[in-house]
Parts: sequence; structure tokens; C-alpha cells
Amino acid sequence: MRNLMGIINLAEPSEGLGELTQHRTLGAVPFGGRYRLIDFTLSNMVNAGIRNVGILLMDRFGPLLDHIKDGKEWDLDRQRDGMFLLPPPPRESGDGVGNVKNLAHNRSYLEKSRQDYVLFTGSNMVGNIDYAKALGFHQEKRADVTVIYNQTRNLDHNPPYTAVVTNEDGRVLDIALNPQHCTSQKIALNMYILSKDLLINLVDHGAARQKRDLFTELIMPRLPNLKIYGYEHEGYVGAVNSLKSYYQHSMELLQPDVWQELFFNHGQIRTKVKHEAPVRYLEGSKVSNSLIASGCIIAGTVENSILFRGVQVGPGVVIKDSIVMQKAQLGAEVSLKNAILDKDVTISAGKSLTGDPRYPLVISKLARV
Amino acid sequence: MQKKEVVAMLLAGGQGSRLGILTKKLAKPAVPFGGKYRIIDFTLSNCANSGIDTVGVLTQYQPLTLNTYIGIGKPWDLDRHSGGVMVLPPYVKEQGGEWYKGTANAVYQNLDFVSGYDPDYVLILSGDHIYKMDYSKMIDFHKKKGASITIAVIPVPWEETHRFGVMKTDETGRIVEFQEKSKQAKSNLASMGVYVFNWQDLKRYLEADEADPNSSNDFGKNVIPAMLGAREPMYAFPFKGYWKDVGTIESLWEANMDLLAADPELKLNDSTWKIFAVNHSLPPQFVGPTADVQSSLLSDGSLVMGKVHHSVIFTGATVAPGAEVIDSILMPGVRVEANAKIHKAIIGENTVVGSGTHIGAPPKAGEAPELSNEAGITVIEDHITVPAGVRIVQGTVLSVAAWPEFPEERIS
Repeated sequence: MRNLMGIINLAEPSEGLGELTQHRTLGAVPFGGRYRLIDFTLSNMVNAGIRNVGILLMDRFGPLLDHIKDGKEWDLDRQRDGMFLLPPPPRESGDGVGNVKNLAHNRSYLEKSRQDYVLFTGSNMVGNIDYAKALGFHQEKRADVTVIYNQTRNLDHNPPYTAVVTNEDGRVLDIALNPQHCTSQKIALNMYILSKDLLINLVDHGAARQKRDLFTELIMPRLPNLKIYGYEHEGYVGAVNSLKSYYQHSMELLQPDVWQELFFNHGQIRTKVKHEAPVRYLEGSKVSNSLIASGCIIAGTVENSILFRGVQVGPGVVIKDSIVMQKAQLGAEVSLKNAILDKDVTISAGKSLTGDPRYPLVISKLARV
Repeated sequence: MQKKEVVAMLLAGGQGSRLGILTKKLAKPAVPFGGKYRIIDFTLSNCANSGIDTVGVLTQYQPLTLNTYIGIGKPWDLDRHSGGVMVLPPYVKEQGGEWYKGTANAVYQNLDFVSGYDPDYVLILSGDHIYKMDYSKMIDFHKKKGASITIAVIPVPWEETHRFGVMKTDETGRIVEFQEKSKQAKSNLASMGVYVFNWQDLKRYLEADEADPNSSNDFGKNVIPAMLGAREPMYAFPFKGYWKDVGTIESLWEANMDLLAADPELKLNDSTWKIFAVNHSLPPQFVGPTADVQSSLLSDGSLVMGKVHHSVIFTGATVAPGAEVIDSILMPGVRVEANAKIHKAIIGENTVVGSGTHIGAPPKAGEAPELSNEAGITVIEDHITVPAGVRIVQGTVLSVAAWPEFPEERIS
């Protein structure tokens, strides 16, 4: 059993995803044909041997709870440890309370947990990250805080992002939030490891001083006093924080090496089981360069697209460069290009919907067009 | 233990020897079927969808894969505090133990398991068939008729009646005659091997059958004729719909191909009667830029870059660019390398087909056809590597053990 617990913070800014997060928290956004964003972080944690995961809830968490249930799919339905849903404190004003107050409200969970180290993350990273190695690095460096970062081209420099500068030993020399002129290619992944004692100290201190955000208000200002290290995750990672990045990272799954790396080369990415049938390709179907989830029935054309479970593509339907979520009903001769259809959308016969690769057209959940 | 109205006993111990190398290491009910399932999923899902929550699974032949697969029965809602699924292998008793001698003896040896639930009815099922059936309707029929046993029947073509136990019934559905695999069948209503018994009647007849040293302890051969001889009220429950015994290479291949029809009789996409299976946490399938997929079923985690026509591709199987798979079944994890050709074949789990190899090639002029089965289906063993650039004649059954015996021209 690893001496590490996980906390997934759902109180992240999600406005950038527009309609996709109108009724759901960021971690519950459907991704990659059968997943929700949180599946990657949860699975990475479990694959690293983490058996105690706390989820800091904020708002719009109905779809998320429906998805993770008792944590069974991640083997987190346990007698000792397991998955803990951490509700936010009652609201005093209309706006969000921030993760410091949320952590303070759930202080007893932190105290009772048996692990000495905490991995604190968001829920919007798509990747297969080895947290066990990151913990090894943290212990070897005797760091106070280890920030996990990545330096690939995948992470665009659109806010919100956090750039770090490190020396050759990995010690973090500078941290900058959304800098206008970014000098570092090292982008923090909004996930860091620290000791549970330090976390509780920071939370106590911050809560008493009306602080809201753990990283920016309590850890960043202590850069001169704390030993903060950066650990590089070298593989693929995608940060979903805008519609553009959602679309971009979805389409990256259509590169076989990314598909292979994410889903086969390391631990499995687990998700809720739906018991759908294998995909039926009918006579005359034309499918190329696409990711198709189970339960789909395809007679038409699908190119460079991602179909979620149970989508029916009738003859004459043409789907290109699009993402079609669960159970979409597409009428005859419907044509989609650069579109994102949320769950249970109905498009009537003959309609043609076209977006732009930089601004995909989003049709919200349950909409009828 | 809490009383249960119905306990199901699922016979899953058969070797399925007519499936040859496909059942060398696993029992027939565990044979993969339909892209993501195993044969037993159909019966277990029927139980789940019929509201039956207590199922004993009788295992004997090569049970490891099956036991692991069933586990605590979670996919079929059989992980219950009361009842649920219980795997029942033969065990040693006070006066020694023995293997299951026949279908009736297998249930006889587990009478204590059934007694524990004090049921009113016992549903006897087999794990060898592909069908969707609401057992609760059959149990209602059984109650209404006041039967001691109800047997589910389906009309079969007259020319095939000799393969089945057939039932002659009167106008009320009462069984008046039963013929087990007879050449002169008087009816084409075949037994599906699905029985509802009154528990007390079942117990009585199984005890009598066990006491008869001449009995082969089989439901079809012994117990049912004995009940008929004693003029028990026995009724036939007519079943309508798709039902297939997948006991041979031909029927297994055909049943898979049946799923590929434009409007298949057995609908796997029916959300009101889902077929549940153990899930493997695999990503959606990837259909590559050079793929051509027609009239086929593809499962999670599969990757297709080549041509797949009229075939069933299981979870995690891959087809490389330039490769061609037609009228075939690729079991889980099969890897087909570039430019290989597979025609009318069943490729066993995790087998690798080397590049350029042709499986199911037509015999050359003057070459005698391989006659391992009438339909000319080629079968390749699981977990082997077929080297690149070989030609395997249609109808060959290829296993590593038999490899040296193959004449040079068959694998060239």
C-alpha cells in the first residue's frame, strides 16, 4: 500500500467549455468516446497504488456522482480507505468558496487519513501519468512540494496555465500564472505532491485569513521558504480548459500513437460500464480515421470523428471532423462538420451543421435541431 | 437462508468436444462469441433480465476460465447478499466423491444447495445456447398449467429432428410423447434443454434416477421418459425467436455470421434485453485512415487499418494495413499483420497471423480439399504465431501440436 492519498479538486474554473459544463462539473465532461475527464486522473491514481481518494465537490456534481457511484469501477469501494466524497461548506455568498475553505470544511477527513503524503490534482488532465514515480522523486528530493509539469507542444499557452522555471536539479526557481511573455516550456499540470502535515498547516493558515486558492495564494508566495521541486511527466498529456482545447485533445486521440500510449502502454483507464453491444457496420458504411464506441450502428460516412456509445448513423449521414456524444439521433442525410454534439441531441433530417476547426459548433445536451 | 421461489441450475460442465481445439483449454460455455461475449453470457443475462437472482453454475470440464469469468456475478446482478451466483464443481462427500455422471446426476449431487433456498420451482438451464428468453413467462405458464415439469420447445426443420429430443403434444400443450434423437420423429418441436420443475417432483425423480443402476443419469434420456411413464402433468412451452446450439465449429461460425445480417434475428442492441458481459476497460475501437469495414461487428480496443468484410472482430484484435479479413471470426487479442489474408476462418485468442500469410486459401488444382468440417471453415489455435508468408488451405484445423503432421503443400 502506498503512503500516498489523492485529492481531486472539482472546484476548477470551467467557463471556457461553455455549454459542455453548463450542467456538469469539468471532471464529468464526456471525452474520448466512452470516458469522462475524471476517469484519467482517477485511473492514474489507482494505477499508482493509491487506495484513498477524496473528491472535493463544488457544484453541478450530479452527473459526476452518477458516473463514479461508489468507486467500484476503480476498485475504490473499500472497507478501509476507498473513495470519499467531500461536500463543500454551506455558502455564505453567491460565489464559489475556493478549495481552501472546502479543504478546511473537510479537515477531519485529512486528519483521519493514514497516509503521510497527498497528491492534490484537478480533474481535467488527459494522460497516463505515473504518480508512483512522482512520489519517488518527491521523497528522493526531500521536497516540501513537488509540482508535476510537462513540456510538450500539446499544451497551448491559453489561460489558465501555470509556467514553472527549474534548475538542473529540478528545484523550482519561478512560478508564473498566465504570463504574457512565457520564457519556460514547462507547464504545470495542476497536480502536486506535499505532505499531509504541510497541507493541513497551509489550510489552517489560509482558512483563518480568508484565502481561497491553495496553490496560488498559499504555495506560490512561499517559493522562497519551501523546497518546491518540479517533476516532469514525459508522455502525452492534454489539459482541457476551453472548447478549443477540448476539441484539439479529442482529435489527438485519432493519432494511433496517442491512442496506444494513453490506453495500452501503461495502466488501464477505467470508466463506468454500460454493457453496449459491439459496433455494427452495415453494408455501404464508410468509416475512416475515427474512434467508435460500442453500441453504435453505422451505415453512413464517418471521417476523422469520435462517436460515443449508441450513436446511429443512417445511410446518407455524413460526419466529418466532429464529436458526437452518447445516443445522438441523426435524421436522414444529416451532415456534420467541425461540430460537437452533446448527449441525447436530435438533428432532424436534411440538416447540415458546420463549425470551424478553431471554433467548433457546439449543440447542447438534449437539444433538438 | 432466505426462501427463494425459483432457483436456477445452469449446466456448464460440458467439454464441447465437437468444437475441437476451441475447447481444449476451456469449457464450451466460456467460448467467446459475438465480438465481446462468452456463450454463457446469454443464459446468465436471461436470468438477470428475467429477475432470477439465485443461480448455481455446475462446472466440471476445464473450469478455470469459466470460474474466473463468472467471479461474484457482478455483470449479471448476481452479486447478492441472499442468493446470487454460486459455482458448483463436484466435491468429495462423506462416502467419497465422484465426477458428475450426467446432467441429472450433476443436479442430484447439489440437491443440498437447492434445498437451502427451499424453492417452489427449479429452472434447469444449459450454458451452450445463444438465445434471449424471458424465463419468468415460462414459470408463469408452468404455474397456470399446474405442471410438474415444463419443457421449452422450438420448432426445428424436420430434417434436423434426429439431433434433438422432440415432444409430441396434445391441443392443451400437454406432452404425450417424447423421443430422444430419433430417426422417425413424430414432431418437430425440439427441447431447448430449458426445464421448469416443481422442486419436490425434481427431488423425487432425481433420487429415483440415482437409485437406478442402469440409468445414464441424463435429463433427456432418463428423467423425462420416467416422468412421462408415470403420467406426470408435463407441458411444452413454445418459444418464438432466435435459438441456436453452438456445439460445432459450423454452428458457432454460423451463429456469429447470423449477427451480421442487415436485420439480425438476434438483436444485441436491444436496450430492453441487454446481454451483459465482463467488461475489460478498453478504449473505443480505432478505424484507421486506410480501413474498409463492411457488414461487420467490431469491439472495444480493436484497431483496423485493413479490410474487414462480413466478419466478427473481438475486443483488442488488430488488423494491419493491407490485410484482409472476410467471413471470419477474430477472437480477443488476435493480431493480423500486414497483407495477411484470412478467409472463412476462426482465429483463436491472442494468435498472431504473420504478414502475407493466407489462411483459408482455396486448394490448388489437383490438391484434395481439407475435410475437417463440411463447411470448409479453417480454425487456428489460440496463443500461437502463424509465421509470415505461409498458405493454409481452407478447412484446415491448425494447432501447434499437429503442426509437424501437416503435409508441406498445405502449409507452404
